[in-house]
Amino acid sequence: MALLELKNLHKFFGGLRAVNDVSFGVERGQIFGLIGPNGSGKTTIFNCINNFYPISDGDVLFKGKSIKGLKPHKICHLGIGRTFQVVKPLRRMTVLENVTASAFCRVNTIKEAQNEAHDVLEFCNLSGEKDKLAKSLPIGGRKRLEIARALATRPELILLDETAAGLNPSELDEAIELIKKIRDKGITILIVEHIMKVIMTISDRIHAINFGITIAEGTAQEVANNAAVIEAYLGEEYAQS
Amino acid sequence: MRKKHLALMVLGIIFLIFPWIVPSHYYLHLMIIALMWVVIGSSWNLLAGYTGQVSFGHAIFFGTGAYTAGILATKLGMSPWWGMMFGGIISMLIGLFVGWVCFRLRGPYFALATLAGGEIFRLIATNWESLTDGMVGILIIQTFRSKIPYYYIALVLAAFCIYFIHLVMKSKWGYYFVSIREDQDAAESLGINTTLYKNVSLLISSFFTGMAGAFYMNYMAFIDPEVVYSLHYISIMAILVGIVGGVATIMGPAVGAFVMVGVQETFRSAFFGLAPKWISQGHALVFGLLVVFVIMFLANGIVGDWSKIKRNVFRIRASC
Repeated sequence: MALLELKNLHKFFGGLRAVNDVSFGVERGQIFGLIGPNGSGKTTIFNCINNFYPISDGDVLFKGKSIKGLKPHKICHLGIGRTFQVVKPLRRMTVLENVTASAFCRVNTIKEAQNEAHDVLEFCNLSGEKDKLAKSLPIGGRKRLEIARALATRPELILLDETAAGLNPSELDEAIELIKKIRDKGITILIVEHIMKVIMTISDRIHAINFGITIAEGTAQEVANNAAVIEAYLGEEYAQS
Repeated sequence: MRKKHLALMVLGIIFLIFPWIVPSHYYLHLMIIALMWVVIGSSWNLLAGYTGQVSFGHAIFFGTGAYTAGILATKLGMSPWWGMMFGGIISMLIGLFVGWVCFRLRGPYFALATLAGGEIFRLIATNWESLTDGMVGILIIQTFRSKIPYYYIALVLAAFCIYFIHLVMKSKWGYYFVSIREDQDAAESLGINTTLYKNVSLLISSFFTGMAGAFYMNYMAFIDPEVVYSLHYISIMAILVGIVGGVATIMGPAVGAFVMVGVQETFRSAFFGLAPKWISQGHALVFGLLVVFVIMFLANGIVGDWSKIKRNVFRIRASC
């Protein structure tokens, strides 16, 4: 049974079909990539999975049970964590406080939450910044903070939305390492990414969409050689890798 | 003992013996009113400063608390002090209703909705004459003839309110409230039930404000819709107290309460008799100027930007 399954997902904004009959399944332990040009509907799919936007039609199943219509915080409790494409740091709180706040999802006392937060910050290489205000972090730190916060909720599935965008080459390598570490911890990953170096090297499986419609699915090699995908413009140049 | 704790203890002792150091009814009255504003300001600050839901309608809870006490006294013959308990509880129930309606809105829209709410309640109180006696208001007999018992009740209420909010903000709820303020969508995705916790914040805020209203009924012995449901005298004043004192600080509203009441009274009394009479309505102008000054230079209020104040005061003194 797939950990996450999208069944004929539709999302309409009035007359605009942002997501049009998309179906795929993510197996436990996989790194599943979602690619497509800008505006193709990837982040909308994420927003439908954790019910940020209500689903227009179709269903989303997590561990076999429908999570359609559940409030986002409930979905987080069930085990799906997410990051946002445009990072949302809790700006006037410190890095430690940011992660402590999300750790309360699983623990109840402040001590436990702070311990959990320290562990997660260590894992994400943010311990040095723990007492800095979130708004003082540069983009690389903010992206890692976004991931750290999601990890503190102990997800079984984590949705990473363009976590490598805007990073320089060394930050990029660190980001790839972090994603691999997350997978090694046993967390399933659904990742949206434009940067081919990231997606192609780490994904077990890739689903490509354009204009809200599925255009290809398969391994990295299969998708990269797919004519429709090449035609739809793969985003960042292959030359980056 | 830490300097801050020592200062608080000294302050506490001064407050405790105040009626004996300054045996004047006039100043005692000002202290009582200021202490009442400490409660209202701190409650507003919990919802607006810490949880980010800026209410322009705290008069809803103040007025409801006052009327609960008044109606219990005049219609049911109960002692209006029962109103202190029920005023808080009824205000909480009203708070639930207000939350249900208004929390679907955010930011300025929430503010406008609460502003409208305050006005709606004022109109209800004015027109539902069988319940509230409308514009005639409610008059009760004061329980105590001296102001001193009222002073201590207000002091206990203010101290308890501040301490309770301090405990709440140090707890898991505190983290949740600030997370909601900083980014509600992120908070929701991190497993925080934002609807629930916004309502929790509102319930605490409305409870204490309601108790302050009930206290007002007991102390002043007369209320009417124009005073207790007033946009200007209650809702806006609560916001000023919070802003000037320092939003999102524990002691900010307390400082703000004394500053604003002080300024208001200085003008109302025409600088205690020293200035010409026409200046007595000037407090409104000064409030406005004070808010502009605070927003421009002390955005975190007197308490929040205390270090900045200290630095600049020393700079002025050094250059003399």
